Amino acid sequence: MFPKPIEKSSRAWQLGYQVLLPIVMLLWLAPLLAVALFSIRPDTDFLVGNYWGWPSSFEMIKNYSMVFSSAMPRYIMNSFLITIPTVIGAVALSSMAGFALGVYKFRGNLLVFFMFIAGNFVPFQILMVPVRDLTLDMGLYNTKTGLVLFHIAFQTGFCTLFMRNFIKALPYELTEAARVEGIAEWRIFWYVVLPLMKPAIAALSVLIFTFIWNDYFWAIVLTQGENAQPVTAGITSFNAQFRAMYHLMSAGSIIAALPPVLMFFLMQKHFIAGLTLGAVK
Amino acid sequence: MANTSPWNKTLAKQGWYKRNEIAITPWLFLLPALIMFAIYVVFPILQSFRISLFKWDGLGSLATHGEYVGMANYEKLLTRDRSFNISIWNNLKWLIFYLASIPAGLFIALFLNQTVRGIRLYKSLFFFPFVISQIVVGLVFTWFYDPQFGLFNGIIGFIGFEPINVLGDPSLATYGVIAAGLWPQTAYCMILYLTGLNSVDPEQIEAARLDGAKGMRMLWHVILPQLRPATFIAFVVTIIGSLRSFDLISIMTNGGPFGSSRVLSFYMFEKSLSEYGFKMGYGAAIAVILFLIMMVFIGYFLWRMYQDEKITN
Repeated sequence: MFPKPIEKSSRAWQLGYQVLLPIVMLLWLAPLLAVALFSIRPDTDFLVGNYWGWPSSFEMIKNYSMVFSSAMPRYIMNSFLITIPTVIGAVALSSMAGFALGVYKFRGNLLVFFMFIAGNFVPFQILMVPVRDLTLDMGLYNTKTGLVLFHIAFQTGFCTLFMRNFIKALPYELTEAARVEGIAEWRIFWYVVLPLMKPAIAALSVLIFTFIWNDYFWAIVLTQGENAQPVTAGITSFNAQFRAMYHLMSAGSIIAALPPVLMFFLMQKHFIAGLTLGAVK
Repeated sequence: MANTSPWNKTLAKQGWYKRNEIAITPWLFLLPALIMFAIYVVFPILQSFRISLFKWDGLGSLATHGEYVGMANYEKLLTRDRSFNISIWNNLKWLIFYLASIPAGLFIALFLNQTVRGIRLYKSLFFFPFVISQIVVGLVFTWFYDPQFGLFNGIIGFIGFEPINVLGDPSLATYGVIAAGLWPQTAYCMILYLTGLNSVDPEQIEAARLDGAKGMRMLWHVILPQLRPATFIAFVVTIIGSLRSFDLISIMTNGGPFGSSRVLSFYMFEKSLSEYGFKMGYGAAIAVILFLIMMVFIGYFLWRMYQDEKITN
């Protein structure tokens, strides 16, 4: 292990490390902790300039219930209604595509694979005008469906890369044995490969959930107003409504950030496995 | 592979689909993904190239309402548009300073790669900034920099400096936004390196230790070579991320003050969908230039990945 395990160094070093760890962590998260502190202050603290002192009272419940009585729950609901279908769609499409690219050898396999990888890296702006136009033409502008369809298509690039590499690493004998038994190809996918893909599906789902939840660019390009906009875009109108009311803006930001954070803590192992794919050989 | 197996002889008597099952199945499985990808990614790229040759306000169809102007958009961008120049320079600043997240991430990963009690929780908390959306990161840092009550000015005031309005100063705004971007990106690089460090070969470390290597020399000659896959991915995601930066700029400065913190991705959005009227053709030309810049990097990354594929196949 590198660096040298701390247990093997002197007692003083060990103690120093144990003390340093929480201090560094607090410094690292300081900007966020400041916002958390803001979100439980009463509004009067901001008027008298008590930004960093002890809060004159704790108004957590009042501030957060104010957030929930605004348009915020609506935006959060929209975010879920956009994120969940996207996760399902992108995982479904990429499981199939990954199966095709990982199991079969055919002409154009690598070409198609690299097209998916390349597409995943392109700047959004090159797609913006035509995709907005297409969405308008389909009558899906300012709808959740319009946003979901685009997200599924775009995320398919990354997801296929992920799935294909995962399937490629599965033992080849499995599919070959199934073929020898004369099992139809689609059954091989459904009964042999898919059950083995559960860890990959879990990892991708959390990852895509976070990516889509946190999307802002497409939210403002393809939607406007509270009947379709997700929370990332909604927070700006929320902030415009409560301008300079920092206790509410802070509480709103924390609410908006919460679902992916919970997702991460609940599914940490899968999340990191997905994110660090390829970081180890 | 499977085509050579003896079963195909018996299959030959069956229907066309059965005989060609192995050849057709992969395409059937690929079809939905390919269709979606073609409609929403491949064709739009080509369309953007075409739109960039027109003067078009986005109303009506391009064919009837657009005015073909050839390379005029590009000519104007490259010779007469000062905002475009500023944007390109800011992109360069992003590209260079954003890379600081790679050594910073490595540093934190080395710091946290221990097995003391509670270290798992510390690792997750350090990773935290990457999980929250860039919009919230942007808001958090806007308040962090606030000249009136921001933590940043509290700190520099404590050391004895005058407060600075980072985001209100044209010469500082971009650096302020980049610093905010470094926060989640460092967390990302950290997690890549933590995973990489986990799989470093302990025998090689022991062998190097016996040879008297330690500290920086050990890191440079023994550890870093083994972390190469992690470093490669860190470079890919950081470079792509830096050229994609949009959310933070939009939230923290909205391109200002006086357009000083624009980058190409933001400038393109502003030109195409701003309140000053939609200049879709001009915007598309900016997007094409950004795309071509990114293609240089994407091409290199793909080439590297292709080399790996050739080895493993």
